[in-house]
Amino acid sequence: MTSARARVALALAAGVLAVVLAVAASSLVGAQPISLRAALAGTDPDRAILFDLRVPRALVAALVGCALAAAGTALQALLRNPLAEPFVLGVSGGAALGGSIVLVAAAGVARLSGWAGEALGSAPPVALGAIVGAALSTFLVFGLGRIAGRLVPEAALLVGIVFNSFVAGVITLMKLLVPPEQASRLTYWLVGAVGYESAGTQAWGAVAVAAAVAVLVALSAQVNLLTLGDEEAAALGLDVRRARAWIFFAASAATGAAVALAGMVGFVGLIVPHLVRRVIGPDHRLLIPASALFGAAFLVLADAVARLAFLPLGTEPPVGAVTAFVGGPFFLWLLRRTARAEGAR
Amino acid sequence: MTAREPGPPWPEPIVDMRGASYSYGGAPALAAVSFTARSGEFVGLIGPNGAGKSTLVRLVAGLLSPGNGEVRLAGLDPATAPRRTVARLCALVPQEPRISWPFTVREAVMMGRAPRQGLLAVSSRFDRGAVDGALQACDLVQLAERRLDALSGGERRRVFFARALAQEPRVLLLDEPTAFLDLGHQVAAMRMAQVAARAGLCVVAVLHDLNLAAAACDRVVALSSGRVVADGAPEAVLTAERVEEVWGVPVWRGENAASGAAVVLPALPRR
Repeated sequence: MTSARARVALALAAGVLAVVLAVAASSLVGAQPISLRAALAGTDPDRAILFDLRVPRALVAALVGCALAAAGTALQALLRNPLAEPFVLGVSGGAALGGSIVLVAAAGVARLSGWAGEALGSAPPVALGAIVGAALSTFLVFGLGRIAGRLVPEAALLVGIVFNSFVAGVITLMKLLVPPEQASRLTYWLVGAVGYESAGTQAWGAVAVAAAVAVLVALSAQVNLLTLGDEEAAALGLDVRRARAWIFFAASAATGAAVALAGMVGFVGLIVPHLVRRVIGPDHRLLIPASALFGAAFLVLADAVARLAFLPLGTEPPVGAVTAFVGGPFFLWLLRRTARAEGAR
Repeated sequence: MTAREPGPPWPEPIVDMRGASYSYGGAPALAAVSFTARSGEFVGLIGPNGAGKSTLVRLVAGLLSPGNGEVRLAGLDPATAPRRTVARLCALVPQEPRISWPFTVREAVMMGRAPRQGLLAVSSRFDRGAVDGALQACDLVQLAERRLDALSGGERRRVFFARALAQEPRVLLLDEPTAFLDLGHQVAAMRMAQVAARAGLCVVAVLHDLNLAAAACDRVVALSSGRVVADGAPEAVLTAERVEEVWGVPVWRGENAASGAAVVLPALPRR
């Protein structure tokens, strides 16, 4: 239908526009005022600040927001609960643990062989560890959230929250066991800050996020069926186990890549899909790509807020603090709302 | 077993279950049940709670795999054939449809086309035609753009029936289509099932209301403790003795003077 096609085009165009505007706005503000004209004319330091620092940083934030929002949308559908989100469900925690293990192992190997340690401690192996950690924790949470063969959303959320505390404990322990410089590296990474990444890191991050989100978009019609429940989805011709395994894996890969890039940034996957769903409806074929785009714009702006909020004090909170500040109350509001809706049913 | 989708003329009986058993964990739910149903037939599955009616329906749909015996759906083994192939042959209207995501009526009915659509489920002219037809058949045209969570129980039932029709199946399985509905909606649900059978579908419905089953079905199959205890015309199956034996309550058995259908009423003592 043409009206449906127009709606899809409109929503996606609005999403792309939001990302472009967010990146532009975020790149033009900061501690050091710059002149756009000077930067475009190639005059340093304006050019270097804009094109070597701020635009790349905004693009990293966009990647992280895109991955987390897409993963959150898929996880909510699979759990059939609007409170599901990579951070709350412990998927980000698993990614952090996986990445930390690789970093700490790199420190150990470096003591024996400097070269191998360097290679292991570089970005791609850490990202791989994060993705594996995310995938394992997803299967753990959704496996333990199953009671008598039925997925119980509240149980899965509780498992995720407990798993998060467990991960926090293990990572604290690891920080005590590794040399101080490794410990501070871990702390700085996991705090949830978007930083100034190398071109190589940006490139693999973009590839990993794009691949994972593309898989989620490709499976979005199957995500729609899975919201009906396993049995109904199967009765409508879906190979439920295979579809779910792929969606889990893609959501985990997106989360793992996001955590590898920026550490633990929470609640993006909760806030963005919820707001987008309110506007465009529950069809995941549009919801997943639109959430990915608006998630990217959202995190770019959140990072700009993080850079600007405490400017007079000369400090800069990590973007994870900003999203937690907004997302924590939002989670509680959504919890109350969901509980009320369940009670009224 | 070839997985090729069978076409007309359909193998008959289109549902053919031979000596099928199933147990949940250690508890047997069906024991060596043989059951057949043909195209154009409306079969009612009756029996007390836990008799195995829903299990039988799930075996036919291929959602469960029998421990012993075999199940054939249009000649295929529904538990091992590709899910899409099975879903083109057989639609299941669940007992209490879950509504966790607020799709519109049209979107929900369109999901019945999923087994005939590609990866992104882009709808074709045929898909939209089938959905329009199903909406019309279930009197949902006015509600097509409404959200599912804004519908009454009876309206939701119609949506899931319409989704099953949009699936264009050969076999229509209904799990308690009249549960929680008032009398008017119960009759409407049975009418829709009858119309589907007249149109050539094989309709198998789990029913708790013996009188509705007697009035609407061509044939009823009574299950008790996982076994078939009677199979035949409603008047022949629903004798006072059998109902007392299977359901364990004394009943008065009469006849509807207008239609000749069997009528069964529990004999409760007046206080």
